[in-house]
Amino acid sequence: MMAVGLAHYLTVGAILFVLGILGIFLNRKNIIVILMSVELILLSVNLNLVAFSAQLNDLTGQIFAMLILTVAAAEAAIGLAILVIYFRNRGTIEVEDVSTLKG
Amino acid sequence: MIAAAAFYIFAAVLIASAVMVVTSRNPVHSVLFLILAFFNAAALFLLAGAEFLAMILVIVYVGAVAVLFLFVVMMLDVDFSALREGFQRYAPVGGAVGLVLFAELVFVFATWRFADDVGGLRLNPTPEGVDNTRAIGRILYTDHVWLFQLSGLILLVAMIGAIVLTLRGRPNSKRQDIAAQVARSGSVNLRQVRSGAGLGEIGIERPPVAAPETPKKVEHHGHGGGHH
Repeated sequence: MMAVGLAHYLTVGAILFVLGILGIFLNRKNIIVILMSVELILLSVNLNLVAFSAQLNDLTGQIFAMLILTVAAAEAAIGLAILVIYFRNRGTIEVEDVSTLKG
Repeated sequence: MIAAAAFYIFAAVLIASAVMVVTSRNPVHSVLFLILAFFNAAALFLLAGAEFLAMILVIVYVGAVAVLFLFVVMMLDVDFSALREGFQRYAPVGGAVGLVLFAELVFVFATWRFADDVGGLRLNPTPEGVDNTRAIGRILYTDHVWLFQLSGLILLVAMIGAIVLTLRGRPNSKRQDIAAQVARSGSVNLRQVRSGAGLGEIGIERPPVAAPETPKKVEHHGHGGGHH
């Protein structure tokens, strides 16, 4: 079925996931890169789902991956919209002091 | 054999571009490396036999999400060097958390195995002799049609949310006032016209126009010296 084993796909997915987590830690202030890291994490999840779907000959994983894709697109749109209005109000996108948005 | 080599090449480029997304100094470069990562992930999907998802990934992520990121990065006038201050400070703790997480994932993969009757537990076995897109369509529009509708609803909510969030009401923008338009009277009237009567008999009806103001008399200074 697959050219390489399932373990290879899972390893790539795990490395991608860890890189996404690392990106959130490294770019604590830059919310644009944080959003991109979240996209990387969702991509690694999709990679795992597709790998299992191919390994088991079960199409349900690909349906799951499509739904995750939808949620990721919606999340990016909403996140960037919030970012744009935050920048419009504050003139910066530093998210260190974003807790001033509290009540 | 060639497929395995292609897998390793695409996986290596994918991971390298993901590293560049995370560590790049310029967010524009980050977005461009993100696009490269998505292309390579699509290639990995192709190698796994998920052709439809690969194309969707290219269209949705590269065509929509990445371009959205690019627009926002280029539109906002942000001093990005100030945003990188904590990079060195957070690197050790981030690396530690990443290592722990990766070790945990490796442990899970090492000890985990498929169930014995895994073949019988499948919900939608891949049909033989049907291409990927057709097979997904068959189950997506029959068994999972509510999930399909739900994802459409999620996209609708996201669209309305993004528009509502970023719409800025300017006080001097000219908007359509539908109530005033509907309540307009005097300019449209209904009349019984004899059958066969044309424009030559009736003429064009126009709403009465207020008489133009008489132009102000120009004060004439009697000092001659004009343009004549």
